[in-house]
Amino acid sequence: MKRHLISAADLTRDDALLVLDTAEELAQVADRSIKKLPTLRGRTVVNLFFEDSTRTRISFEAAAKRLSADVINFSAKGSSVSKGESLKDTALTLEAMGADGVVIRHNASGAPHRLAGWVRGSVVNAGDGTHEHPTQALLDAFTMRRRLGDLSGRKVTIVGDVLHSRVARSNVLLLATLGAEVTVVAPPTLLPVAMGDWPCEVSYDLDAVLPKSDAIMMLRVQQERMNAAYFPTVREYSRRYGLDAPRMAQLPEHAIVMHPGPMNRGVEIAAEVADSPRSTIVEQVANGVSVRMAVLYLLLGGSESAIGTPGAGE
Amino acid sequence: MNIVIKGARILGGDATDLLLRDGMVAEVGAGLSAPGAEVVDAAGLIALPGLVDLHTHLREPGREDAETVESGTRAAARGGYTAVHAMANTEPVADTAGVVEQVWRLGREAGHCDVHPVGAVTRGIEGRQLAELGAMADSAARVRVFSDDGHCVSDAVIMRRALEYVKAFDGVVAQHAQEPRLTEGAQMNEGVMSARLGLRGWPAVAEEAIIARDCLLAAHVGSRLHVCHVSTAGSVEIIRWAKSKGWQVTAEVTPHHLLLDDRRAEGYDPIYKVNPPLRTAEDVAALRAGLADGTIDCVATDHAPHPVEAKETEWAQAAMGMIGLETALPVVQEAMVDTGLLDWAGVADRMAVRPARIGRLTGQGLPLAVGSPANVTLYDPSVRFSVDPAGFASKSRNTPYVGLELPGRVVATFLRGRTTVLDGKLV
Repeated sequence: MKRHLISAADLTRDDALLVLDTAEELAQVADRSIKKLPTLRGRTVVNLFFEDSTRTRISFEAAAKRLSADVINFSAKGSSVSKGESLKDTALTLEAMGADGVVIRHNASGAPHRLAGWVRGSVVNAGDGTHEHPTQALLDAFTMRRRLGDLSGRKVTIVGDVLHSRVARSNVLLLATLGAEVTVVAPPTLLPVAMGDWPCEVSYDLDAVLPKSDAIMMLRVQQERMNAAYFPTVREYSRRYGLDAPRMAQLPEHAIVMHPGPMNRGVEIAAEVADSPRSTIVEQVANGVSVRMAVLYLLLGGSESAIGTPGAGE
Repeated sequence: MNIVIKGARILGGDATDLLLRDGMVAEVGAGLSAPGAEVVDAAGLIALPGLVDLHTHLREPGREDAETVESGTRAAARGGYTAVHAMANTEPVADTAGVVEQVWRLGREAGHCDVHPVGAVTRGIEGRQLAELGAMADSAARVRVFSDDGHCVSDAVIMRRALEYVKAFDGVVAQHAQEPRLTEGAQMNEGVMSARLGLRGWPAVAEEAIIARDCLLAAHVGSRLHVCHVSTAGSVEIIRWAKSKGWQVTAEVTPHHLLLDDRRAEGYDPIYKVNPPLRTAEDVAALRAGLADGTIDCVATDHAPHPVEAKETEWAQAAMGMIGLETALPVVQEAMVDTGLLDWAGVADRMAVRPARIGRLTGQGLPLAVGSPANVTLYDPSVRFSVDPAGFASKSRNTPYVGLELPGRVVATFLRGRTTVLDGKLV
């Protein structure tokens, strides 16, 4: 694997499978009474969050702590960043503190690329602007694999604001790497004008795609899109691109419903869909910790096995 | 001081000598000598009329940390320029006779090249009310080029009035063509790369729509329009069409738009962030063809100095712009001459003759012939170098060409018979 995880495109098929398999092993730890491994003892992981995202930060924090890493949480609010410190100076500060890994969430696309040029430690992208969110894609793939088995040839539909979605970008790239067939569905205003090199199909018609989907992933509609002429009204968006119970009934029997959260219930997803047995939304959150443990272990860990000597597990 | 330039190839022609005396080209021919004259060996060098830049940001007054008239004109001389047009988006804005005269006076005092201030079209470049264009035209700075560069004069009525008004003193409105609503928060060319990188797209149509409108306005009122930094294939087509109608439309292209494309944004290094943005390889090819066939009249640097901290940031936070005075001629050689698209006479036309004509400069951009002011650039096209901004005269270092190998070297520059650069060094 590369030293950093900035884009889902950084992962080869073998890398991605290694992360998923490692996460599967590490998931066993969550079932133990003592949920802690000594693997990253003495290593320092900094959670550098320039954007509010409690769920992602907590997920990374839990992952690092379960691997016994020292965790430093650095959020932009109330820090020197809010006093005008540049990303570069923040990076140099972290460097001076000897961070082995930096998990960065930032509202500017490409901020992790810049950071990787300024620090020696591994950089993990926890979401950058409207670019990528590779660990979300990994946890989504992990969730799908648990429910559906091998992803080769599986049909995954991603619905919503593809233009501004870092989740969509990372998922399209990773799922293509894993051999899934991806279709993105959105109103034309919420798709990039040039998607020629994206490894996916594009559709404007959700109803046409539903019957051949093994998994459907609903993206959050951001508040700011609602007032910027991307679609006429929230109600019209919901009617054309929202997943309600009648639409869910058009999915094949085995198909699952996913959402990266946080949800707008009643907009892109109806409450009864979100709470249905097909929904993996809560599982996705739980799987997030295992996948992030795997990423941190593989980027920062030594040559030791993730959970001790193979076969010597409890 | 008299100077004899020995063995220079005027516009790439046969080797000959030039005698510069009393600020003029006094003689041209083989075997020239003059008692007491300084002799400059120009064997193998190309002689061009001193270059003229229509689009330079000297940053003074207001941002002297990035550039001053002194440092910017030193950079210009090193780049082979004998005249630059200083853009109006300073602090305060050059929208009064007082500010343009200050910039003009600072240029005279520095003495490295002529400085012709550009006047703002609107007060404070806010696009709402015309600046006192006549006062700037009548000032000691004799302003003829007016631009809100950095901002588009987007209001069609204000643009129409500006075009009409400057006819009274043979002025020209140089438009920064950028439809503001289509480019809110825009970060890079809208296309395959912006989709992949998740950076807000800057569509070509935002430039082309304004150019089309302004060509029609200029035709309607019978005035002169100059289009700044054309960056798209569609813009070239529109300007070609406007010229075919006989309308008084001229245009410039920057060196960076002739050489670089939007794939440079791949690593999110904002050294490549610029307004207008780098476009696609197809646009680059169309710009080169447009410059070669004369649709685009000239190369203008849009030299835009920024301090280091303005570029060592996230892409979205970074300032837009690149410096270009000291690399313009090598980039043009690389993009236009070495590709066979333009000969040295063409380079002289696009980098000296036509920009001087657009700016209505009388003593610049004239042929290297007896009786012309002795504005001369000597250029060695045979060497190659790796770009290292450490040696630049500009105060800023935001060049996109760091480490890139480019051809050529400005050996000497003469401003009205006075040496400003010799052996590549400022005198």
